[in-house]
Amino acid sequence: MNKKILKWTICIAILLALLLAVSLFSFLVGVVDIPLSKIGEIIANGKSDSRFAILFDIRMPRIMLGFAIGGALSIAGVILQGMFRNSLVEPYTLGISGGAALGVCLNIVLKMQNIFGLFSLPIFGFMGGICVILLVYALSVKQNVLRIQGLLLCGVMISFICSSLIMLIMAVSRSEDLHGIIFWIMGSLEESNWLLIKLMFMMSILGLIAAYIFCFDLNAFSLGEEEALHLGVNVERSKRILFVLTSLLTGFSVSVAGIIGFVGLIIPHFMRLIVGNDHRILIVSSFLSGAIFLIFCDTIARTIIAPIEFPVGVITGILGGTIFIYAFMKKTCLK
Amino acid sequence: MLEVRDLTCGYAGSFFIQHVDFKVNAKEIVGIIGPNGSGKTTLLRAISRELRPENGLIMLDGKDIRQMSFKELARKMAVLAQSINPVPLTVEEFVLLGRIPYRKNLQFLENKNDLEAAEEALRLTDTVTLKNHLMTQISGGERQLVFIARALAQQPKLLLLDEPTTHLDITHQVRILDLIKRLNKKLGLTVIMVLHDLNLATEYCQRLILMNHGRIFREGVTGEVINYKTVEEVYKTVVVVEKNPISGKPYVLLVSEDEIKTDLPDR
Repeated sequence: MNKKILKWTICIAILLALLLAVSLFSFLVGVVDIPLSKIGEIIANGKSDSRFAILFDIRMPRIMLGFAIGGALSIAGVILQGMFRNSLVEPYTLGISGGAALGVCLNIVLKMQNIFGLFSLPIFGFMGGICVILLVYALSVKQNVLRIQGLLLCGVMISFICSSLIMLIMAVSRSEDLHGIIFWIMGSLEESNWLLIKLMFMMSILGLIAAYIFCFDLNAFSLGEEEALHLGVNVERSKRILFVLTSLLTGFSVSVAGIIGFVGLIIPHFMRLIVGNDHRILIVSSFLSGAIFLIFCDTIARTIIAPIEFPVGVITGILGGTIFIYAFMKKTCLK
Repeated sequence: MLEVRDLTCGYAGSFFIQHVDFKVNAKEIVGIIGPNGSGKTTLLRAISRELRPENGLIMLDGKDIRQMSFKELARKMAVLAQSINPVPLTVEEFVLLGRIPYRKNLQFLENKNDLEAAEEALRLTDTVTLKNHLMTQISGGERQLVFIARALAQQPKLLLLDEPTTHLDITHQVRILDLIKRLNKKLGLTVIMVLHDLNLATEYCQRLILMNHGRIFREGVTGEVINYKTVEEVYKTVVVVEKNPISGKPYVLLVSEDEIKTDLPDR
């Protein structure tokens, strides 16, 4: 038993070290490369140094946002995979991204930012996501029981409907709106509003704590819903709370950063292979590695063809998908 | 110990079991038998609170099970379902899942009681040596023993089993049921089990409940329930009931169609 705790501690320590390394890398690398030795000098110079602004007003917020969103999407993935007992489920399968994207499209086309100001994009994204979630939820509750398989199917179908509607909007919208829509759909960690970043950060940490409280329920769920019931888990209540939690985490992430796919799918999947299926370690390690992965991808996205910036969703998609296929093929070969 | 009163229950409007009434005393082994589709598993699922009864009451230790919290129920009653998916956990981790009903809020690590209960459960089921094996890598018979170990880790008073011997060879059938009998004697565990095999049921249960078409057809000690008339009526099959020369319990012999036509044995 002590061996297990030791193993978990080592695992978390390694991930924390990696997180620190990746954050530092992301902090120093970019259009303007800043050597580590100069950091002290820049901080001493304060606001008078132009590099101070690059570090603390541009790069720091991005790292924080990467941490918060990478972590939030990963634990949403862990929870959903645990509940569905299917390691191919991710937050976006539930149609949250589709709804949020539709909300944002409407917002851009209808020029809502004139009315709601800075927050209009995230608000519309969030509302769109929540509307879809409520719809999916209402469709899959029958006789007071939340049917998980139905939930999944409804989510996928509503995603399709939403993306068709988005295409319709794009087909009839003007070209300057089009660019905004496309860039948002592809996902980016560029966010200039500090308040939103702080909000997302808090949301993510709170989500981690809330998910951790349910770690034993999730362990029991891995045996199936009936077995979880036999082990004294209030299955319906837990399912509902966890469902709302994942919706909030995903809805928030999508509305701040757009659609960043695959993080919620591959991170929990790989962590399962590395640390096993015990959610007591799985939740924490997935949160940390999701943060690491997204910060890393974002750094690549903004440096690889600098000064032009890639949308980070493209990088996570290509990188994540490739690694996933590779690992999957290797695993099936071993069998 | 357990009292089922006028229970009517089923799936989505159609009533599967109707007006079921029975009592189980503490430290008894009761078998539920009956043809396929007679409502045995439905009855078990109602007792384990997976199904909501349309009517009637289920009392455990004088308390309505629907008034208890799920945790409280899981500390008193352990359930072994018919098929449990093997998950990639080690045997020890799996048995420790049986301690979930005892977790306090914000207790994330196993305490001494949890570890001792799991150790004891492994010892009782003779699976200590498997401790570090993965659940997916052990045989079906061993897995069944580990499932029982997990149930024991819950430290229940009542154990519900749904066909614990299906898909097992006779070695493991006897091993599992001997174990259950031993637990019944040693720990005073009350056992209710659904069994398909009538001969195992008569051999290991003190009392039998014979279900047919969602109702209790007959209930009583094995000799009262298992005789050729009752069995032929419920199962619609020609059988011969003899006495086991060693245990003195009735056992049921099946006869093939050809034999019946040519030579009807003297019953």
